[in-house]
Amino acid sequence: MAETQVPERTTNRGPGRLLIAVYILFAIAATSRAGLQIATKFDQAPVAYLLSAVAALIYIVAAVGLARAGHAGRRVALACCSVELVGVVAVGILSLADRALFPDETVWSGFGSGYGYIPLVLPILGLYWLWRTRPDASRP
Amino acid sequence: MTSAAAAGSPVDGILATAAIVLSLVVAAWALVAALRHRAPDRLQFVGLAVLEVALLALAVLALVALGEGVRPGEPGAFFGYLVTLVCLPPLAWVLARMEPTRWGSAIVCAVCLVTPVVVVRLQQTWEVIGG
Repeated sequence: MAETQVPERTTNRGPGRLLIAVYILFAIAATSRAGLQIATKFDQAPVAYLLSAVAALIYIVAAVGLARAGHAGRRVALACCSVELVGVVAVGILSLADRALFPDETVWSGFGSGYGYIPLVLPILGLYWLWRTRPDASRP
Repeated sequence: MTSAAAAGSPVDGILATAAIVLSLVVAAWALVAALRHRAPDRLQFVGLAVLEVALLALAVLALVALGEGVRPGEPGAFFGYLVTLVCLPPLAWVLARMEPTRWGSAIVCAVCLVTPVVVVRLQQTWEVIGG
């Protein structure tokens, strides 16, 4: 079980698998948070909680897309990472500009500061990895 | 750190502290392995297994306390974190088995860094009114 030298540029292998692991962790975190918020106190901050649910859904679909890694999977993952990046930046700006809009924390509030800014870094890493493993990439 | 156990929280005590420390040790070991281009070794899997046993014991302690009528401050969040917590080491195990490269070690490291955070959140959701 030592080192296996297969520097294969496949979306769901190697660093891609670590990316999938982190996406799964965020999918669990966001899903349970959104589920709980919507079930127990939806009327307190519907916008924030619906956003949590959307974020959760995106993390799940992105994880599945990255894991399947076929042509369709990569396309799904690309869409998810893009929406995620736009979402985390937009919500980050909005949550700073208008606190009343998001009275309760969401995964994306303050650019994901409640989660160590990983929600901001994750889509960038995802997009970079999708680009690195694009099918027509010239192999070194 | 363990003095809070006297306050009545079943998830704050030697066992929780041990789980946090063990998780961080496994994370550090996995990080070293990842940096040395090593696939997850037996020690990482043993570490994950022991961690899972500790977390399951923690869950049993919490359930026993519930059986005695003690209630967490935020029951919904508490159970969410508890269920998530016991799923983390198996998740790391499965993904690390699928990825017998340095990135498998990186996955073990990442999950073992998240686990202590979830343990602490678990303690916080218990203590809101109980503490």
